[in-house]
Amino acid sequence: MNLYSRRLFVNRFNLLMSLLATAFGLFWLAWILFTLFQAGLEALRPVVFTQMTPPPGSAGGLLNAIMGSLIMAGGATLLGTPVGILAGIYLAEFGRRGWLAPATRFINDVLLSAPSIVIGLFVYSAYVVHINHFSALAGIFALALIVIPVVIRTTENMLRLVPDSLREAAAALGAPQWKVIMLVTLRAARAGVVTGILLAVARISGETAPLLFTALNNQFWSLDVNAPMANLPVVIFQFAMSPYADWQKLAWAGALLITLSVLALNIIARVVFRNRTASY
Amino acid sequence: MSGETAFHTMSSPPSAESLRLPQQEAETASRELARGGSGAAVLGAGSAGEIGARLRRQDVAFRLITQAFAFGVLLLLAGIIVSLVVGSWPSITHFGAGFFFSSAWNPVTEEFGALVPIIGTLVTSIIALAIGVPVSFGIALFLTELSPPWLRRPIGVAIELLAAIPSIIYGMWGLFVFAPLLADHVQPVLIKVLGPIPLIGALFQGPPMGIGVLTAGIILAIMVIPFISAVMRDVFEVVPAVLKESAYAVGSTTWEVVWNIVLPYTKVGVIGGIMLGLGRALGETMAVTFVIGNAHHFSTSLLAPGNSIASALANEFTEAVGDLYFSALIQLGLILFVITFIVLSLSKLLLMRLARQEGRQT
Repeated sequence: MNLYSRRLFVNRFNLLMSLLATAFGLFWLAWILFTLFQAGLEALRPVVFTQMTPPPGSAGGLLNAIMGSLIMAGGATLLGTPVGILAGIYLAEFGRRGWLAPATRFINDVLLSAPSIVIGLFVYSAYVVHINHFSALAGIFALALIVIPVVIRTTENMLRLVPDSLREAAAALGAPQWKVIMLVTLRAARAGVVTGILLAVARISGETAPLLFTALNNQFWSLDVNAPMANLPVVIFQFAMSPYADWQKLAWAGALLITLSVLALNIIARVVFRNRTASY
Repeated sequence: MSGETAFHTMSSPPSAESLRLPQQEAETASRELARGGSGAAVLGAGSAGEIGARLRRQDVAFRLITQAFAFGVLLLLAGIIVSLVVGSWPSITHFGAGFFFSSAWNPVTEEFGALVPIIGTLVTSIIALAIGVPVSFGIALFLTELSPPWLRRPIGVAIELLAAIPSIIYGMWGLFVFAPLLADHVQPVLIKVLGPIPLIGALFQGPPMGIGVLTAGIILAIMVIPFISAVMRDVFEVVPAVLKESAYAVGSTTWEVVWNIVLPYTKVGVIGGIMLGLGRALGETMAVTFVIGNAHHFSTSLLAPGNSIASALANEFTEAVGDLYFSALIQLGLILFVITFIVLSLSKLLLMRLARQEGRQT
């Protein structure tokens, strides 16, 4: 084989490998989703939404777990979003000088990928140990700590996309800086900030590890945030690892519910972001 | 999870589209200002000096509030480290450095060592990278050089959705679907073909159970692919077109351009992306917990069950009795946090270096 045809061959072969790698990645996505729909749809009956988690060996639903997950994800988002937005504002608007902003940005990026189980451990030893019992509130704290870095990161990035001329125009009208930021800059970056919040919600909806040590689980209906509360991820973990067929079925139903909501949130986030950017 | 990957696309330089975005908002906003008017409208209330001072105070207060929240992130890091060190203090003082080298794990006699979970964490992550890095490179290459433009977005989003699937779903799927398949069809072949080879053979011994270190590593590989490929794709896209076109002009093939021009130019960023994937793999909990088998037992075979730091925590923490047991588990968490913190910091530093180099050259 001469040099020319060898080069052509190497090129073709490697590009073919690249194509196969992409197919490989997509293959897993398709396989996992297929399994989920196959096993989940079969188990997803109306009773899943109307009955509580059952004791082993009997039929039941996931109502208390669904409610618990909604409460905790909602609470964590309400708690984490304002904190994240304010810190993001500092990084984007005031963080052009000094050491605090670069340091915060760096640490925030690390926390963004830090193992979530360590966040659970932290809330456990900083909060749960002192009140002496597991509680939904502890779960909300742990999830909020996961929301915050995500919101900080998107808020800062989105605010930085807003051109300075906009800030200068508002300042020239005599607006104080905090009004410029809250009414002009933040508003201009609204679509992006909302995207970040949606992605943060999507991320915490499936988080299991930090809830194991904080909210734990509850077999019964409970809306008390100072007591252990059922939640979908931990119920799925417990039921899937159990030997009971009824429980495993419910775990599949829960898994399908979580995945559908997470994928929906992700797709909505992308659509929100793209529509806002493409419509001008 | 998906946050990370989406951010990479967002943090890329603003496109013309996104720059045009705020203009209509600006009109509404300036109307708002004229109407609600802070400065001019309240001028009647007092002298200009007083108002100016009040506005300045408001601004200072606003800056301090946002600054406090930003500082809170640093406090959070400090809080995590302090609380983990305090929690693991009994274990640190009791076992000393021996904790890292002992493979004992016996709650009854209260003897604990971190060797088995640390090795399990490292081995599963290495398997994940060994599979994940070449595949991610292929995907990034496909998305930047091969794919027709209309296909780029759907495929890119689909790969990113792999990161959106919660880790517990990977775990369930791994336990119920993937592990049995591996046990029935793949592992017997591995044992038969690779088992008799000296040295490598030791990695493929024992019964084909499905669950074990190898299965955990493969599932981790699928989970880190979206993160690594997103970073690689983003850094490949910053290579100046002039460089690539010059190489094409002297007759290079696509592969030669990627291998000799794109990859050397983006080397630092590519390594940063790999480190990001490593950081993710090290700390992954639920997916590993389902399939690794949770055995505190050292084995050279990849097919045998093992344990990782995160899965030991997930399985044993709520059931631990006794202060020393508890404290040993928290120390495992501390070790995990320190390792991932170092790896993720390196990743971030490398990516920052690429960004700086980028700024200098263009």
